[in-house]
Amino acid sequence: MKFGVLVNEGPYTHQAANSAYHFTKAALENGHEVERVFFYHDGVNVGTRLSVPPQDERNLQKDWTALAKKHNIDLVICIAAAQRRGLLDENEAKRQGKDANNIAEGFRISGLGQLIEMGIKSDRLVIFGD
Amino acid sequence: MSTLHIVNKSPFETINLNSCLNHVKEGDSILLIEDAVLGALAQNKLADNISEKLGEISIFALLADLSARGIGRDRLISGIKTTDYAGFVELVANNERTQSWL
Repeated sequence: MKFGVLVNEGPYTHQAANSAYHFTKAALENGHEVERVFFYHDGVNVGTRLSVPPQDERNLQKDWTALAKKHNIDLVICIAAAQRRGLLDENEAKRQGKDANNIAEGFRISGLGQLIEMGIKSDRLVIFGD
Repeated sequence: MSTLHIVNKSPFETINLNSCLNHVKEGDSILLIEDAVLGALAQNKLADNISEKLGEISIFALLADLSARGIGRDRLISGIKTTDYAGFVELVANNERTQSWL
């Protein structure tokens, strides 16, 4: 079965981003497909490679990056939510005249169309938020 | 057409679980995750309402979130089942749609 996952909360505001990760991991480990994971609202904060949590603490960005690499899943960050929160890839940094970008490996920035498409292409859509 | 209702708020914080219980249809399932697992505790204020519904719907509580809050299975309302994340995935697959009560 094909799942779509929507993550609406960041790593330090609510448990939702954690729950979404464990759900997605379990789905992949149990033979299901994940069409896409869409990070929206504060959920985009999961995708910065510049956060440096203590080494003995869970690191959601690294967990998602590793999961994406292992199972080749599509992690999409909402562009409008990302711009507001200072989350940029190389193209966006250039386009907005910023001196750096911070998107983590395995994530890409795109628009809400990707959320709609995920809803259409998935058998089930599961939403994690506050 | 059954629905999986996912509730993630404690019933002591919001009325989401109560609203959900009032909306479920026979054959639906409710999955309690995050702080909503507190709603599975025996003798909480919604316990009677929950027990009444258990005949027509199934209610599950996520084990990882119960353990994280120090709640053992022996403290749950009788009839509430527990599940792990793999079971969560199967619940989503086995119901035609999911509704997250955010």
